Amino acid sequence: MINNMLGHDIKTEAVHKKSNGMLHPPRCILTVEKLNAWYGNRMVIQDISMDIGAQRITALIGPSGCGKSTFIRCLNRMHEVSEGGRVTGRVLMDGQDIYAPQVDPVAVRRRVGMVFQKASVFPTMSIFGNVASGISLTRFWSRSGDLKDIVEHSLRKAALWEEVKDKLDQPGASLSGGQQQRLCIARAIAIEPEIILMDEPCSALDPISTLRIEELMLDLKKYYTVVIVTHNMQQAARVSDWTGFLLLGQLIEYSPTKEVFTVPKDKRTEDYITGRFG
Amino acid sequence: MKIYDGYIARRQLSRVMLVLCGCATGIVIIVLVLILGYTLVNGISYLSLDFITQPAKPVGEAGGGMRDDIYGTFILVGLASVIALPVGLMAGIFLAEFAGPKAAAAIRFAADILAGVPSIIVGVFAYAILVRPMHTYSALSAGVALAIIMIPVVARTAEESLRLVPNSQREAALALGISRWRMTLGVIVPGAVTGIVTGVMLAVARIAGETAPLIFTALGSAFGVQGLAEPIGALPLQIYRYALSPYSDWQKQAWAAAFLLVFLVLGINIIVRLVSGRKNM
Repeated sequence: MINNMLGHDIKTEAVHKKSNGMLHPPRCILTVEKLNAWYGNRMVIQDISMDIGAQRITALIGPSGCGKSTFIRCLNRMHEVSEGGRVTGRVLMDGQDIYAPQVDPVAVRRRVGMVFQKASVFPTMSIFGNVASGISLTRFWSRSGDLKDIVEHSLRKAALWEEVKDKLDQPGASLSGGQQQRLCIARAIAIEPEIILMDEPCSALDPISTLRIEELMLDLKKYYTVVIVTHNMQQAARVSDWTGFLLLGQLIEYSPTKEVFTVPKDKRTEDYITGRFG
Repeated sequence: MKIYDGYIARRQLSRVMLVLCGCATGIVIIVLVLILGYTLVNGISYLSLDFITQPAKPVGEAGGGMRDDIYGTFILVGLASVIALPVGLMAGIFLAEFAGPKAAAAIRFAADILAGVPSIIVGVFAYAILVRPMHTYSALSAGVALAIIMIPVVARTAEESLRLVPNSQREAALALGISRWRMTLGVIVPGAVTGIVTGVMLAVARIAGETAPLIFTALGSAFGVQGLAEPIGALPLQIYRYALSPYSDWQKQAWAAAFLLVFLVLGINIIVRLVSGRKNM
């Protein structure tokens, strides 16, 4: 039903098969090749290769500790910020490896935004300041007039404008949990990324706020590519176009969401989505 | 009955220990009250507008105040702050945000040792590196000595406050494509500013009362404030000098100066309380 609403049905979507037999979506924006990631000596991501389709929602599911959060942190070079974080392999964005030595991780993060599990609103800044922070803290000088349009635009896209338009100068931390998470989404949108990574964005929210964020995601994929990590399988089934199942740092299965949830190819995927472990 | 065995003795021991702890706490408070009360009683009677606005007068002449020494104290504290704040704050930022764990542990250890160096040694050091080459006691050398005392205090409190800012804030900023130094100045430091201000104020309160390093550097001045390259007076120095003098007039002035200094430091501490208390609201 969701797909019909958007006039876009994944069943009719052409599914390509790579030479290695792995499925991949058409029009991919990110190509992950043989990605490995470590925390110190502990390997948490093992040889993952996958393509992520543009303007789609890709969900990553799997039991706690399977490496799904680490994996998406590798997509905007945030993993290396963690203590002992190390990555090998390639992540191609428009054919360019974001891990190439001449690539500035700061530039990568401006094209690949991120929303975290816990809404990390900057407590010293107003609502306006939070949304503008990605711009005002990367330029030396920005006129608040220019920022105003961007802030309004971003808040509208994050479906928060109507609720906060009269109190933009109030502290960001004064909002409710769900609003704070949408504020973080607006903040991520403000820097005009191409991809938005979401690391369990709803796990700290009540069902109504969760629903709002899910609606928002479906709206966002008109403009952006969304990659979401979730341990809520219903959520993955509701919003995503493609789903990857991770287990112990490996990508077990990666297919259109409907296939994963109706005809999983791997026994382990089936066990997980039917609740037999995890 | 077996279950009562030892209960009475245990309860009595508990009471004894409780009373001992209470006494110890009482001693702490009594000492403070005695110091404050004694300086208040002895000092306030001589405190007047003249005391604050008049320069010192020779022995035997009535009146006279400590205008120059009060002014001198402010100059020295200001000078020390100008030197110590940039160095201390930047060192604190480096420790909390940029240093690797091993380097941070080493620097922290060094800062703690520096904070523990007796102030008279710092005074001798400033004497050796500034007073001797310049062939004169000076406000500058005193400012440097006080700054050396101040730097580790500022650096460590700044570091502690910065560390209290949760890591999620750092990750959120980095994920927005904000560079590390902009993140530090734009997100982390503003989040820690109350703690940093508290640390700075405490460091100021600490150096405002330092006397030992000033003996080797500021020396004291009978001619008012003449410039940074000249000897300068300061409240703690003048207290030391007047209190030891045989003239009752000067001794009274020393009391008044002591009162002024104690309540200056107390005032700074109260302001710190108010500033850091607001954070908890």
